[in-house]
Amino acid sequence: MIKHLRSAADLDAATATLILDTAGEMASLSGREVKKLPALRGRTVVNLFYEDSTRTRISFEAAAKRLSADVINFSAKGSSVSKGESLKDTALTLQAMGADAVVIRHGASGAPHRLAEWVDGSVVNAGDGTHEHPTQALLDAYTMRSRLGRLDGLRVAIVGDVLHSRVARSNVLLLTTLGAQVTVVGPPTLVPLDLAAALSEKTQISYDLDAVLPDSDVVMMLRVQTERMQDSYFPSAREYSRRYGLDMRRLQKMPDHAIVMHPGPMNRGMEIAPEVADSPRSTIVEQVANGVSVRMAVLYLLLGGK
Amino acid sequence: MAQPRADAPSKIILEGSDLHRVVDRIAHQILEKTSGATGTVLLGIPTRGVPLAHRLAARIHAFEGVEVPVGSLDITLYRDDLRLKATRALGKTELPSGGIDGLRVILVDDVLFSGRSVRAALDALQDLGRPSSVQLAVLVDRGHRQLPIRADYVGKNIPTALSESVKVALTEIDGADEVRLIGGLK
Repeated sequence: MIKHLRSAADLDAATATLILDTAGEMASLSGREVKKLPALRGRTVVNLFYEDSTRTRISFEAAAKRLSADVINFSAKGSSVSKGESLKDTALTLQAMGADAVVIRHGASGAPHRLAEWVDGSVVNAGDGTHEHPTQALLDAYTMRSRLGRLDGLRVAIVGDVLHSRVARSNVLLLTTLGAQVTVVGPPTLVPLDLAAALSEKTQISYDLDAVLPDSDVVMMLRVQTERMQDSYFPSAREYSRRYGLDMRRLQKMPDHAIVMHPGPMNRGMEIAPEVADSPRSTIVEQVANGVSVRMAVLYLLLGGK
Repeated sequence: MAQPRADAPSKIILEGSDLHRVVDRIAHQILEKTSGATGTVLLGIPTRGVPLAHRLAARIHAFEGVEVPVGSLDITLYRDDLRLKATRALGKTELPSGGIDGLRVILVDDVLFSGRSVRAALDALQDLGRPSSVQLAVLVDRGHRQLPIRADYVGKNIPTALSESVKVALTEIDGADEVRLIGGLK
């Protein structure tokens, strides 16, 4: 088993499948009365969050607690970071406290890679800048597999702000490893040609959402990350929504079995219409529930053994 | 514990119909000791405890027409040696639809050795519900207990040395029925 989960590229098909299978077992255990399992008793998991997050932090915390690990939550606000402490010094503090795993979210791409050089424990990337978010990709893959029964040969469209999306990057890497056919869709300013090619040679690019929809088993809408946009990548929110937003009219173009995904948080009315987000075809709430099982699987597989 | 080498000498202890007879006897003993196996659930411990539990249920049904619910109980997350070995893959835990509360649970495993697996199974069971009582059925008891645990139903007692190992093969998983003692022989 691997030691760190810094990138979806750390996972080969066998390891990724093991994580998904383990998540399936974890999910079946979460339906019972006593949800706590003793597997990580005595282990310490630190959630090191330099960026705001609701679902990812809570999800990691719930996952670690269900496996009986001790959880320390660290958020940059209200810590020594606001006094100017560097990531390295914070890492050395965690090291001295004996953290067995550090779950890190950081605004700088590559922060988990640096962190892994400074601490002895496992490092799990919970989102770094515009780089990667591997556990989100794993839970997306898990959700697709449980809804559609397979990943191999699945046609997945990832739509929107691909440029800034760590979710898209990790999903392209993981889904391609697992045999899915990924098409990234968005305005040319947000889907640079070299980016998709650099991610995977097998990835296709399209600027026309309506053309892609009829041939997709999964349509994954990305959040328009206004906080990461210093320049204007499209003329107006209204125009973006008209060309790349998923509304009921576009939903009708998708095959009957196709599902709609969104990593959250959503901009309702922007990239996704509220009635689409709340339709039975949408897996958005399921994705959150699956997140805990997938993160339990990751923590167990990274920390459970020798 | 040192494992015998792959090319170590081995001896077949039980095979084919002998193994079937042993399973039949355990089924009869369960019927006898539980007054007809009412209010009873069989839970197999993966991997080979699960097909054994199914076989016992099938034999009990053949002998007295009683349907005994069968499930599986994975103990991986409850093991006390998780940290000593590489990460283990999880097995399936599936309880019968009636659950286990207030019922007599019979745990089924292939080999009883240190007793640590059974300890883990008892802990796992406690998180799943509250059986009225718990019993243990094993195909082979090879001795060397490290915990105060004993089996209620034993297919065969095999005295072993610590340097030996006992390998159970079942048709459902391994393609043949066989109990083999490996290593330690001249």
